[in-house]
Amino acid sequence: MAENSTSFLDRSRTVAGPGYSRWLVPPAALAIHLAIGQAYAFSVFKKPMGALISGNVDAPAPDDWTAGQLAVIFSIAIVLLGLSAAVFGKWLERVGPRKAMLASALCFGGGFLISALGVSMHQIWLVYFGYGFIGGIGLGIGYISPVSTLIKWFPDRPGVATGMAIMGFGGGAMIGSPLAVALMAQFKDVAPMGVAPTFIVMGLIYLAFMMFGVFTIRVPAEGWKPEGYVPKTNQNALITSANVDADTAIKTPQFWLLWVVLCMNVTAGIGVLESASPLIQESFSDSAMGAGRGVTAAAAAGFVGLLSLFNLLGRFFWSSASDKLGRKPTYMIYFGLGIALYALVPTLAANASLTLFVVVCCVIMSMYGGGFATIPAYLRDMFGTMQVGAIHGRLLTAWSTAGILGPLLVNYLRDNQKAKGLVGAAAYQSVFYTMAGVLVVGFIANFLVSAVAERYHVKNPAPVPATAGAH
Amino acid sequence: MNPQSTPTTSAPADETSTLSLALAWVFVGVPLAWGVSQTFIKALALFK
Repeated sequence: MAENSTSFLDRSRTVAGPGYSRWLVPPAALAIHLAIGQAYAFSVFKKPMGALISGNVDAPAPDDWTAGQLAVIFSIAIVLLGLSAAVFGKWLERVGPRKAMLASALCFGGGFLISALGVSMHQIWLVYFGYGFIGGIGLGIGYISPVSTLIKWFPDRPGVATGMAIMGFGGGAMIGSPLAVALMAQFKDVAPMGVAPTFIVMGLIYLAFMMFGVFTIRVPAEGWKPEGYVPKTNQNALITSANVDADTAIKTPQFWLLWVVLCMNVTAGIGVLESASPLIQESFSDSAMGAGRGVTAAAAAGFVGLLSLFNLLGRFFWSSASDKLGRKPTYMIYFGLGIALYALVPTLAANASLTLFVVVCCVIMSMYGGGFATIPAYLRDMFGTMQVGAIHGRLLTAWSTAGILGPLLVNYLRDNQKAKGLVGAAAYQSVFYTMAGVLVVGFIANFLVSAVAERYHVKNPAPVPATAGAH
Repeated sequence: MNPQSTPTTSAPADETSTLSLALAWVFVGVPLAWGVSQTFIKALALFK
């Protein structure tokens, strides 16, 4: 019995039989990414968790957790995301997506449950351990678990396939935030601020939701290809038909150039995300726009919501477009157009051009999301499909790095300008010009990307263990 | 578009019906659509 339940998780049991539709794989991937994308909505818990003792978000008690203490939770999770994706990538390639998705579901759901205990006991280290450490491992494994499977099912349109999944990560925050607000309101009379029961319910919901992905995911049989699909050969030197293993990939300059590409794109995007709400309120205040015409806090929250929508849409749009445009030209657009738009933002803010300001920020956010979604297909082009999940995992350390450095840089620049007495749009000028500079670095790194040298290619790729072909 | 897999080796039949395919998309599509609609409603505040 135990052997049967174990073998259900084995890679061999996930090989698709005749008649399996590959269009079931994106929903399986979305079940994982829509769940773990909740991480981006964790800030919704900040105020309630900072008032567990006082019960009043506007007047925290001395023993209540501070904003600084609470910020560490997300930081740990985002660092663990990158580290676990890097560490467990090769394990994922070996055991297959089903076992990895189950591990992710248990870690992510379990992280919520441990955190519920931490909140109940008012022990922040338990929340760090639960949501941050264990949940962060779930994030990392979950993020990469469907990527290589999708690429193998959709060799004819890898950008579309990975764009769909990674779009789910953007969508996860849109579900997680209102869900958490609704649950906390429901449980506010049961526990302080309703946080602990909300964590329990969300942990169980996400665990169940992710299990749909665990049961649905399949890998294609060895040698499978879509009907009528003929791999393109020699049309683009940047699309290889060879394979590079993960350990070798990190020794290539191309891997590190793409690491810089992702890191710079994310760092710059964080610049907008961190500044969006205060910038629009300060630049388009009543004094700039006229009495009663300024941007209110509610409208600023709407602006942040709009940016989230474009972040989501950009993931699918740009990644799909990259199948036609090519990955390198697509990143040239992200960086080239991005430099111009980032440099334009302070001028638009200073001139109180609200409509243009909103449009430009939305385009910027679409390219931020697009950068995340296009990178797996770029890696597949450069290093082949054999260990693309593991290579992607290692590249995600760039995201962790940007996730820590980006906010530090943005907050330092903004605070520095404000300390000099600058207000409104002027206080953000250096942020956006610096971010445009960050994109210049990304542009150069992308420009330098060339085909991986043949000496790095796997000479005789070992067959993937325990596929249908092995039976 | 080729929605059906054509494995090169023998494996147990794994037929996907149109209904199960539709249900799978509904299962993930409904929460996503709900989340997007909530965000969209919030975003409307910017244009008021």
